[in-house]
Amino acid sequence: MKSLFFIGGIGTILILLLICVFLFSEASNFFKTYGLIDFLAGSAWKPGMHPELFGLLPLLFGTAAVTLGAIILAVPIGILSAIYIAELAGPKTAEILKPSVELLAGIPSVVLGFLGMALLVPIIQRTFDLTTGQTALTGSVILGIMALPTIISVSEDAISSVPLPLRNGSFALGANHWQTIYKVVIPAAFSGISASVILGMGRAIGETMAVMMVTGNMAIIPGSDVFLSSVRTITATIALEMGEVARGTEHYYALFAVGVILFIMTFCINLIADAVKRRHQLEV
Amino acid sequence: MASENGTKPKKSAARKRRDLYQKTAFLFMRMAIIFVVLILLVILADIFMKGHSVITIDFLTQMPRNQMTEGGILPCIIGTVELVVLSLLIAVPLGIISAIYLTEYAAEGKIRWTVEQAVNNLAGTPSIVFGLFGMALFIKYIGLPRSLLTASLTMGLLIMPVIIRTTQEAMLSVPKEYREASHALGVTKWETIRRVVLPTAYSGIITGIIISIGRAAGETAPILFTGAVYYYPRLPDSVFSPIMALSYHLYVMATESMNIEATRPIQYGTALVLLSIVFIMNLAAVGIRRHYKKKVMRSN
Repeated sequence: MKSLFFIGGIGTILILLLICVFLFSEASNFFKTYGLIDFLAGSAWKPGMHPELFGLLPLLFGTAAVTLGAIILAVPIGILSAIYIAELAGPKTAEILKPSVELLAGIPSVVLGFLGMALLVPIIQRTFDLTTGQTALTGSVILGIMALPTIISVSEDAISSVPLPLRNGSFALGANHWQTIYKVVIPAAFSGISASVILGMGRAIGETMAVMMVTGNMAIIPGSDVFLSSVRTITATIALEMGEVARGTEHYYALFAVGVILFIMTFCINLIADAVKRRHQLEV
Repeated sequence: MASENGTKPKKSAARKRRDLYQKTAFLFMRMAIIFVVLILLVILADIFMKGHSVITIDFLTQMPRNQMTEGGILPCIIGTVELVVLSLLIAVPLGIISAIYLTEYAAEGKIRWTVEQAVNNLAGTPSIVFGLFGMALFIKYIGLPRSLLTASLTMGLLIMPVIIRTTQEAMLSVPKEYREASHALGVTKWETIRRVVLPTAYSGIITGIIISIGRAAGETAPILFTGAVYYYPRLPDSVFSPIMALSYHLYVMATESMNIEATRPIQYGTALVLLSIVFIMNLAAVGIRRHYKKKVMRSN
């Protein structure tokens, strides 16, 4: 029996390894014909042109722009909400709020993308008087909504797990509730809260459908007004082009190279978030 | 306090200020959480109000007609159900086995750490990367056709970490005394797991499975190039035929349809059906968790 379960456990490592092997080996075919530097530092992504250009920079820029926007929007709202659920809400309110946050996390990204197209895109177009409402800002708002549940639930966990004696000590010294939260609870939960932000970022970077439906997908680095321009993310590029490309062409392998970059980014983010969380556990 | 004249007004000014800070801070927190709940309500209300009038028996039981501008979404519903069932068939056994290994058998050490990191990273890997992997392995390397089978295999790998984590959590919450009592009676480890730990962790495991049903129904990126198609004129007859799915249908109708504005009602209807599945699954998970919590509290 034991060996069966051992094989099952090892299976997860095997799957991760297989993902690495297939991504990297397909991507390596790309670098047989295309220079690594031209890929990493190339500022144009033009697959249909002659010569075909596969520069990563515009895609990296798109991903960075929408992720940054999403984090700026989601972090304050998310952390404040987490403190509310952990510190202020009564048990009954928390029992409604927590499943609501879970439900928000469960809404499929394609549904959020669809609503983004139907509701948000026209609003942004009208507000900023643009030719199209499909912008980096639109993507940031939708991604922010998607990152919120991650930030809220991980932060809330960290805040709730701050030991009671720490709080009581602060109250005993005459501090009020907010002072206790601000000077004791938040510093004690700081690494958990940081982990929540990193994980939220990971979610935003890896998100595909919603972002692809609302950002306009122009693979150009905008000269000005970054957030009001159309951008194209790494994920959207793979999703949009993989369906149409012929298997075994340079373009096909280029998409795997892009996938490798995405995989490395999220892999590092996961490791960092885990390390930050672990440090927190050691401290408490 | 009142006798210490001179210090009293100073103190109360400081106290007033700190009360004001507290009030302001708490106000911001309330505003933030109200905003979050509002987002959720707007999403649910908009989809429900614009989608419910589209949902008729015909919409749920008919094939799409007239280049998908009319008719129903039956093949998408069936495709999604088949996809969910098959991917669960793959992910649930594998996931539970890995979770049992991690909680019951793995000793603290390098192997266990590596397995845990692997699960962690699989859970954080973007769904589009799973799509790429599924395409490279199942379609290009093994040579399977783009089909229900390849889509389900890919989706199964994606939801496996969810199953592993929730099962692990459920098994860890089984009190150590239960295991010790069973061991003390001379029962073997495997029998203890089978007859004591798994039955006690049952509802937690079911909750995890229900959550992954919602996830598998809603994910789109992994099936984009492993099995979902724009239009397939028949209901799928084998695991080797391609499928239509609710999530993919919503995507293509919203972005590539012949007339995006004219088919908005169909899009809202599809979104409502998809959201209802996720919503019901989430409610069921919450319900089971609550029921189970009460049971544990009563038995203690």
